[in-house]
Amino acid sequence: MSLSGFLSQLLAIVLSLLLAPLLMGWVNQWRCWLQNRSGPGVLQPYRMLHKLFHKESVVAEHASSLFRMAPYIVFGCMVLACAIIPTLSTDLPLSPAADAIALVGLFAVARVFISLAAMDIGTAFGTLGARREMLIGFLAEPALLSVLFTASLISNSTALTSIVEYLAHKDFAIYPSLAFAGIAFTMVSFAENARVPVDNPATHLELTMIHEALILEYSGRHLALIEWASALKLFAYSCMGLALFFPWGIAEAEAPLALIFAIPALVFKLAIGGFLLALIETLSAKMRIFRVPEFLASAFLLAVIGMLVHFLLGA
Amino acid sequence: MNALISQLINLFASVILILAFAMLSQRRIVNLIHLYTWQGLAVVGSTTVVAYVTHQHHLFYSAGLTFLLKVILIPYFLHRLINRLNVRWDIETLFNIPTLMIIGIVLVVFAFNVALPISKFSDTIAHGTLGIALACILLSFLMMITRAKAVPQVIGFLAMENALFLAATSATYGMPMVVELGIALDVLVGILILGVFMFQIREQFDSLDIRHLEKLKED
Repeated sequence: MSLSGFLSQLLAIVLSLLLAPLLMGWVNQWRCWLQNRSGPGVLQPYRMLHKLFHKESVVAEHASSLFRMAPYIVFGCMVLACAIIPTLSTDLPLSPAADAIALVGLFAVARVFISLAAMDIGTAFGTLGARREMLIGFLAEPALLSVLFTASLISNSTALTSIVEYLAHKDFAIYPSLAFAGIAFTMVSFAENARVPVDNPATHLELTMIHEALILEYSGRHLALIEWASALKLFAYSCMGLALFFPWGIAEAEAPLALIFAIPALVFKLAIGGFLLALIETLSAKMRIFRVPEFLASAFLLAVIGMLVHFLLGA
Repeated sequence: MNALISQLINLFASVILILAFAMLSQRRIVNLIHLYTWQGLAVVGSTTVVAYVTHQHHLFYSAGLTFLLKVILIPYFLHRLINRLNVRWDIETLFNIPTLMIIGIVLVVFAFNVALPISKFSDTIAHGTLGIALACILLSFLMMITRAKAVPQVIGFLAMENALFLAATSATYGMPMVVELGIALDVLVGILILGVFMFQIREQFDSLDIRHLEKLKED
């Protein structure tokens, strides 16, 4: 492991830990502005994390050790995911540890543990949230895998760093299959990050919530870790989308100095992406939970068509 | 440069395929018309690119004709039609989207396989998109089969015409100008007649559900 690789890996982790709440705040701020509200400011997630870390953590009487462990596992999974996805540079010593398929598995581990923890207490809401989360998860996973497979077919590799290197640094080419994959990926990331057409992140209305129902029993530092993890998840998905579909500006292994330009490029792309996310969320209405399978089936089918188009057109 | 242009044509064809799938799964009539307009625009785009790269002047004319007809005139007619029929926000409820999409995928695989040997003999720049055009035709067929209301059926028919146009451009750089003008006129007259038909159907049955037409049989 070279020194520059180590440094870029460290920078990627630290930057994602710091930027993830800011991205969350940026999206929420834009949501407020688009809905004619004044909004809490982009720094609100930091204030919330600060407050929660200083509060006492109350745990239910019957909670097992699983309930206490789950926030740390989920947070760890998300940090590792952010470390694997090439955000700034493709020179990541950790990335050989997991390719695109293992990355989906990493998200699945986090989902399983948060669902188990929600069922651990035995309240009705936790169980309900866990069931809904698993319903969405098992439909979103094949769609996400197919999106990643489309990109892998183009670049002949399942490692995210090689995919990005291929897409960003070969001659410019238009890949129609990536258009299908891009739409499918957008749909999947809305479902996976509990955003509006599928779930409303701001709701506490009992019968419609998914993500909030899962974490209803958490408080204090546990809740802070989970909130931070969900911000990291949004950050990881955004960076994955940017890396696959708009990979320009990500630094290569041979040119570590390009990192200096990679940071403003990433911030710029994330700012636009966050605005678009808020825009779509404002424009669309939350759908019924029984329409979600339909939504995700469409995403899966689009991703599959992307692969078919790749085979037909050879591009 | 040439590679990039053929990729651009492929991209347009893929957009048309995406829109065909979106139309297949769209329940609202007004959104269906918007999707049809976008599909027309994509067809215009791909025809213009083919015309530019092959220097075929008549393709420019047919692209212009398509733009006038399928992006402006027919959507305008359809919007007027659904306003006058008062079905603008109607929703069709009687079909299962995931099953329909899976059938759609099977059709796409079938069309791609059928088109592969044909497009090998063609040496046009857009020969790869023949499979996509064939898939769009089959998807429009499927849409016409599954819909019960009259307006979505007509839109399915129009989408099929779009796909046929794409197939003609991709296989042989378009049909002769006379044929194209004839088809354009046919589509225009067809939409007018079908519009009148819809009023008649509704007058007769108080609904646009074409299953009522089965009652016309004499027992």
